[in-house]
Amino acid sequence: MTKDVEVNDVTGMPQTVIVIGGSSDIALATLRVLASRRLERVVLLGRNEETLTVAAETLRGAGVAEVSTAICDVTEIAPATATVEKVMTELGSVDLVIVAAGSLGDSNLEVIDAENVAQTIAANFSGPAALMATISRTLSRQGSGRMIVLSSVAGVRVRKANFVYGSAKAGLDGFALGLDDALVGSGASIMIVRPGFVHSKMTLGMKAAPMSLTPEAVADEIVKGLERGAQIVWAPPKLKWLFAVLVHLPRGLWRRMPR
Amino acid sequence: MNKPTTTTFVGWGRSNGSVSRHHVLHSDSELSALYTGEDSVIARGLGRAYGDAAQSGGGVVIDCTQFSEIIDLDLSLGRIRVQGGCSFEEMLRYVVVRGWFVPVTPGTSFVTVGGAIAADVHGKNHHRDGSIANYIEELVLVSPDGTHLLSRTSDPDLFWATCGGMGMTGVIVEATLQLVPIESAYVTVDTDRTNDLDSCMELLSSGDERYRYSVAWVDGRMKGRHLGRSVITSGDHAKVADLTVQQRHAPLAYDPKQLLRVPLTPPISMVNNLTLLGFNELWYRRSPEHREGETQTINTFFYPLDMLGGWNRLYGPRGFTQYQFVIPFGEEEVVRYALERLQQAGCPSSLVVLKRFGAADAAPMSFPIAGWTLALDIPLGSSSLAVALDDLDRHVANAGGRVYLAKDGRVRPELVRTMYPRLGEFVAQCQRVDPKGKIASDLSRRIGLRD
Ligand SMILES: Cc1cc2nc3c(=O)[nH]c(=O)nc-3n(C[C@H](O)[C@H](O)[C@H](O)COP(=O)(O)OP(=O)(O)OC[C@H]3O[C@@H](n4cnc5c(N)ncnc54)[C@H](O)[C@@H]3O)c2cc1C
Repeated sequence: MTKDVEVNDVTGMPQTVIVIGGSSDIALATLRVLASRRLERVVLLGRNEETLTVAAETLRGAGVAEVSTAICDVTEIAPATATVEKVMTELGSVDLVIVAAGSLGDSNLEVIDAENVAQTIAANFSGPAALMATISRTLSRQGSGRMIVLSSVAGVRVRKANFVYGSAKAGLDGFALGLDDALVGSGASIMIVRPGFVHSKMTLGMKAAPMSLTPEAVADEIVKGLERGAQIVWAPPKLKWLFAVLVHLPRGLWRRMPR
Repeated sequence: MNKPTTTTFVGWGRSNGSVSRHHVLHSDSELSALYTGEDSVIARGLGRAYGDAAQSGGGVVIDCTQFSEIIDLDLSLGRIRVQGGCSFEEMLRYVVVRGWFVPVTPGTSFVTVGGAIAADVHGKNHHRDGSIANYIEELVLVSPDGTHLLSRTSDPDLFWATCGGMGMTGVIVEATLQLVPIESAYVTVDTDRTNDLDSCMELLSSGDERYRYSVAWVDGRMKGRHLGRSVITSGDHAKVADLTVQQRHAPLAYDPKQLLRVPLTPPISMVNNLTLLGFNELWYRRSPEHREGETQTINTFFYPLDMLGGWNRLYGPRGFTQYQFVIPFGEEEVVRYALERLQQAGCPSSLVVLKRFGAADAAPMSFPIAGWTLALDIPLGSSSLAVALDDLDRHVANAGGRVYLAKDGRVRPELVRTMYPRLGEFVAQCQRVDPKGKIASDLSRRIGLRD
């Protein structure tokens, strides 16, 4: 018997989830909401054993029956791919993969160099994109399943303050959009999430931008997006309209944006 | 990534499809090869189950609709033998003009005999006549372990596991049904309008004896004092004596036509609070307070929705779901609670139907038990719907009720065992005929029908 195969329900609620970037605050907040619905089985993949273990404990506390963790650094493409493939095979089938890996890196001219620019781009774009290619092949084979990709408004219009990170997210966002179109008819699909400024580990110590929000608020938008069958989720939703304007701002003005 | 032999299958609610290989069945001899292949398999009829019962992502969907012959009709006994993919629509075209009618019918004629048996369907006559299994004389079932000839006396355990078994015991390739005699292709209908739920239930209860068929359409939008206001239609097959002179010329004439087809899915749902308001108000107002002896055609009475082909597309790209549950008599409060809870969640029900069930049959997974059944069509996409339905599941299970798997796309998996306490017996039969677990659907995986 093909064991452990689960599927999304008509309200978009998954039972089996893999998270890449398993200690992401947004991903964890999302899983906590999903745990109150159908979530049964989670595999957290990430770089840091300790934070993964803590995250796993939180989820067990939230009532998720099976939680496991594995080390996976998205910038090491070959081993990361092998890990993801192994996890997906062991699970038998997956309803949802949350691609949440990423790091802010540096965009300060004084600090950046070839090494850390390449690293930021690998962590936010090339690494996750490579894994998404692997994941979409597996989801297509099972004929169903979703990916959630954490993009960012930073990639919608790249700005000086975080242009390395922003351009990497822009790349990831475009990759996800194109991949989602390519996946039409395969049964697999992608939901892109574009949060604004989120108070999280990643932004610790930074001055909050206007319309900032908590990981929990982003998680609520993500779950609503699943229920709605959304392709793109903005958090907060009004950012969609704000950015519809901001992308047309003259460059001279955009350059002077404080953050 | 798109292989040419694959198809996206969705249920009637048009949500949560999955892609699988599409095998069109032409002969039952093809099945053994499918059962010994790599992938899991599931039978599919006309796809009128609302959720994910007739699809299997990554597996093989065995499309039975081309396996649809009428093999034999014994005109004197009213016994018909058909292939599993034969639709009610085809069958009716053949038997009505000869003076026979199906003993039990769902609210659409576009279901296959195999699908109807797999869901052990009920009709407006359940309070009197029970569900379809009562009229199945014989079944031929092809399972991974071989071919089984089933009836109430030949391997009854497997027979009953197959009725209501949602395709999990194998493919029903042939069935013999006992039909009921009719004098005409018309139905004599009485209509009553009621102001609230209590009077609706009272009227339905008192009609149990009098009417072979009865059902209440409930205005799902009404609150407070008028909660559950409804239009009840009840009837029986018309005798020739009930017909007009003109109708008497050809009392059994039967050639229903589809009036319209929805050609494509609109970008947004046409079913929303606004359109529902108009539609429900109109329907209620149009119905008489009390009318007796109206003559309707079979299709107006049994299959009003069949006149608009592809009406499920009107719900737009996100689709819809139907929540149908049954609770035993004495638990009427759950019906009221369900109507209130969905209103409170701001989830408009487009179509709400209330009906009484008679006694259950012997099938472990058959849906009907004696009590009230409420069916609510609800557009998907609202963020409060999932939580509201989860809450209803709990109330239904606590009341000793259950949800209908043929309509389901989301029930709480952990409650399935409570709702269907005989699941264990069913699994044992599946295990017996399909020890390797080759048969699987998205439904069976989602709620653990084989665990
Ligand atoms: C408008 C409408 C009104 C309805 N009204 C009612 C009603 O009043 N009462 C009621 O009981 N139901 C009702 N239904 C539900 C419908 O009767 C059931 O879902 C029925 O199973 C649909 O038959 P199908 O041929 O479309 O089967 P599908 O939807 O294709 O399949 C349903 C199930 O049957 C199995 N199956 C199909 N064919 C076979 C086969 N040959 N052998 C073994 N398993 C098979 C499938 O695996 C699946 O589990 C209604 C549905 C609609 C759309």
